[in-house]
Amino acid sequence: MPPLRNGVVMTDIDIADEMLAALKNWVEAEVIPHASEFELPDEYPTDMALQMADFGLFGATIPSEFGGLELDNMTYARVIEELSRGWMSLAGIINSHLICAKLISKFGSDEQKLKWLPSMATGELRGCFSLSEPDSGSDAGALRCRAERDGDEWVINGTKMWVTNGEKAGVVALLARVPDGEEENSGGITCFIVEKTPGSESGDGVSISRKIDKLGYRGLETVEMSYVDHRLNHDQLLGGDNGIGNGLRWALSALELGRINVAARGVGVAQAAYDAALSYAKEREAFGRPISQHQAIAFKLAEMATKLEAARLLTYEAARKADAGERVDLAAGMAKLFASETASELALDAMRIHGGNGFSTEYPVERYYRDAPLMIIGEGTSEIQKLVISRALLADD
Amino acid sequence: MKVVVCVKQIPDPALPGELDPSTNYLKRDDKLILDESDSYGVEMALQLVEGAGGGEVSLVSMAPNNEVSGLRTALAMGAEDAILVSDNALAGSDALGTARVLAAAISRLSPDLVLAGVESSDGYTGTVPEMIAGVLDIPSITFAKQIEIDGNTVKVQRQTEAGYDDVECQTPALVSVTAGVVEPRYPSFKGIMAAKKKPVEELDLSALGLDESSVGQSGARQETVRVTEAEERQAGEVIEDEGDAHEKIVEFLGELKIV
Ligand SMILES: Cc1cc2nc3c(=O)[nH]c(=O)nc-3n(C[C@H](O)[C@H](O)[C@H](O)COP(=O)(O)OP(=O)(O)OC[C@H]3O[C@@H](n4cnc5c(N)ncnc54)[C@H](O)[C@@H]3O)c2cc1C
Ligand SMILES: Cc1cc2nc3c(=O)[nH]c(=O)nc-3n(C[C@H](O)[C@H](O)[C@H](O)COP(=O)(O)OP(=O)(O)OC[C@H]3O[C@@H](n4cnc5c(N)ncnc54)[C@H](O)[C@@H]3O)c2cc1C
Repeated sequence: MPPLRNGVVMTDIDIADEMLAALKNWVEAEVIPHASEFELPDEYPTDMALQMADFGLFGATIPSEFGGLELDNMTYARVIEELSRGWMSLAGIINSHLICAKLISKFGSDEQKLKWLPSMATGELRGCFSLSEPDSGSDAGALRCRAERDGDEWVINGTKMWVTNGEKAGVVALLARVPDGEEENSGGITCFIVEKTPGSESGDGVSISRKIDKLGYRGLETVEMSYVDHRLNHDQLLGGDNGIGNGLRWALSALELGRINVAARGVGVAQAAYDAALSYAKEREAFGRPISQHQAIAFKLAEMATKLEAARLLTYEAARKADAGERVDLAAGMAKLFASETASELALDAMRIHGGNGFSTEYPVERYYRDAPLMIIGEGTSEIQKLVISRALLADD
Repeated sequence: MKVVVCVKQIPDPALPGELDPSTNYLKRDDKLILDESDSYGVEMALQLVEGAGGGEVSLVSMAPNNEVSGLRTALAMGAEDAILVSDNALAGSDALGTARVLAAAISRLSPDLVLAGVESSDGYTGTVPEMIAGVLDIPSITFAKQIEIDGNTVKVQRQTEAGYDDVECQTPALVSVTAGVVEPRYPSFKGIMAAKKKPVEELDLSALGLDESSVGQSGARQETVRVTEAEERQAGEVIEDEGDAHEKIVEFLGELKIV
């Protein structure tokens, strides 16, 4: 039995190191050389997703009793960092799937867990997470999608935005408002598990109304979904009757761990940008010597390395706290804020160091530059992180 | 069906290697990893057993300092168990000594088929597999690119310069697998977790019933007489195109027997 700390099963560090080594071999052999072939034309990397399923990554954080790997937060953060060092979109393929699984495993009934988690752990059934709407993002409590009860069924009507993995998914963790909730506060927001046919034509009143064309984070789909009189069984209400009105609180708690994940993505992209900058600076010559020998560039590298190290330490510290069962709102918020901003800064620095080549699609730094801003927006913008952090700081007043 | 794969654990080729100046042996004090040349044998064995719908893949390795890191990698890919032979008296073994040790370990497992790499990445004498077959007195086939088991017959496509020969022999037999003919799988994370719990039997010379005089430095009849630095790579030949460059390139490739 592996050591338990406050209910978190700790992953053996030797085993974690071996997992990371195997993942690194794959990222270097298969991901880094080919990412742009899929990213630029916005093509889904089917073979990469299959290999991720073979590694077991669709079950990375799903409890082992349902067939998952049940990795601790630290190991999961390292996995996300390594995937993102190769190509940030790969982290996206499993992230909202695992947020959906986390909601089910943490708040679902035993029947709900048994129904969905085993096939989600293998990647055979894919999940996504649907909170945002055209008119509500940061202010998630203002969402408008409605769920009305009709006997043993619920009828869903509304439009959801920014559903990553929405097309591939067979289950959607959907946040909708039940009528007795008040619009002004987050009352009545409830999580349902929608079952749909994967693909662009879902049927039964669920449709993919639009595929969003994105600056970065390409290769995997982010879609708009609409629900017109879509009917759900009562047993698709997450957590049963107890779930009514608890949806937003539960979703935000799942997102708290999601923040460590986004921070880890930032670290991965920042590492990739730094590595690219360092090797280019040693090779490119100007005015008779490698540009790394010009102090302006050398100092830039020094600053980049320092920020990268700080971002990684903040992220690992947040993961460590989560694994120790400590409160993580502050640590996760700081890690997310700093690592995502660092990724953006380092991506731009790497581009400067690459000169004109940085602007060309022949080098990967333009991809880091396009991917990095997502981390400062998704799962709580930097402003929202500052809200979270300052609230935690001022909580005692 | 029981398949045994010989798995050599070697110093990480990505790190700079070093020779011990007094013996000219490669220093093997750091962690050793699975020789990539043997990952093809492991993959081939797993595919054979999966294709047969049952059976077992076991590993044998001889390595210093009770090293198991490379074995764990192969166990994570899906092999069932392993025998590791480690004994201070084995230091300085030559290829025949190594073959004697591996043969003794293999015979404890009574396999239908033994797989090995054509040559290792560090020593690359390319002789150990056939010597094992000699010691065990079983037939051996070299340079396999494809293997099929049909009852008591093993059928092999044996790679040649021109293509391949179809050869076959009776089991038990030893087959050496050409590097690159299959794509070794990445270990799954569950496989990595499971590998920690898979049995690795560690044996020394006395457990194998081998005499010190036939192995190790004392049994070695092969001696490294001298080690010289590899020659610096020479600059290539530059062909100026005066309309006949393509002919010169074809001629050059012809000399290398590439075309
Ligand atoms: C590529 C991509 C994928 C996504 N995937 C998903 C997904 O799978 N599931 C999902 O549910 N959502 C997803 N999202 C949505 C994402 O979570 C939201 O975009 C994000 O929460 C911001 O919301 P918004 O876009 O509505 O911006 P807004 O909330 O409108 O924010 C606009 C600006 O106002 C600022 N702001 C807002 N409120 C405050 C405040 N109180 N104080 C200070 N500043 C404030 C924000 O920081 C921001 O700068 C995705 C988004 C993107 C871009
Ligand atoms: C204590 C100790 C010290 C050693 N010191 C040295 C040293 O200094 N220098 C050195 O070259 N070797 C050393 N060896 C390793 C051993 O002597 C070599 O394995 C042997 O010389 C085989 O030569 P090769 O690598 O050319 O094999 P090859 O004939 O090229 O190998 C072909 C295939 O045979 C199998 N095989 C070969 N060796 C092994 C093995 N050890 N275990 C499992 N399968 C194997 C593999 O499948 C391999 O792909 C040492 C071993 C021990 C235990």
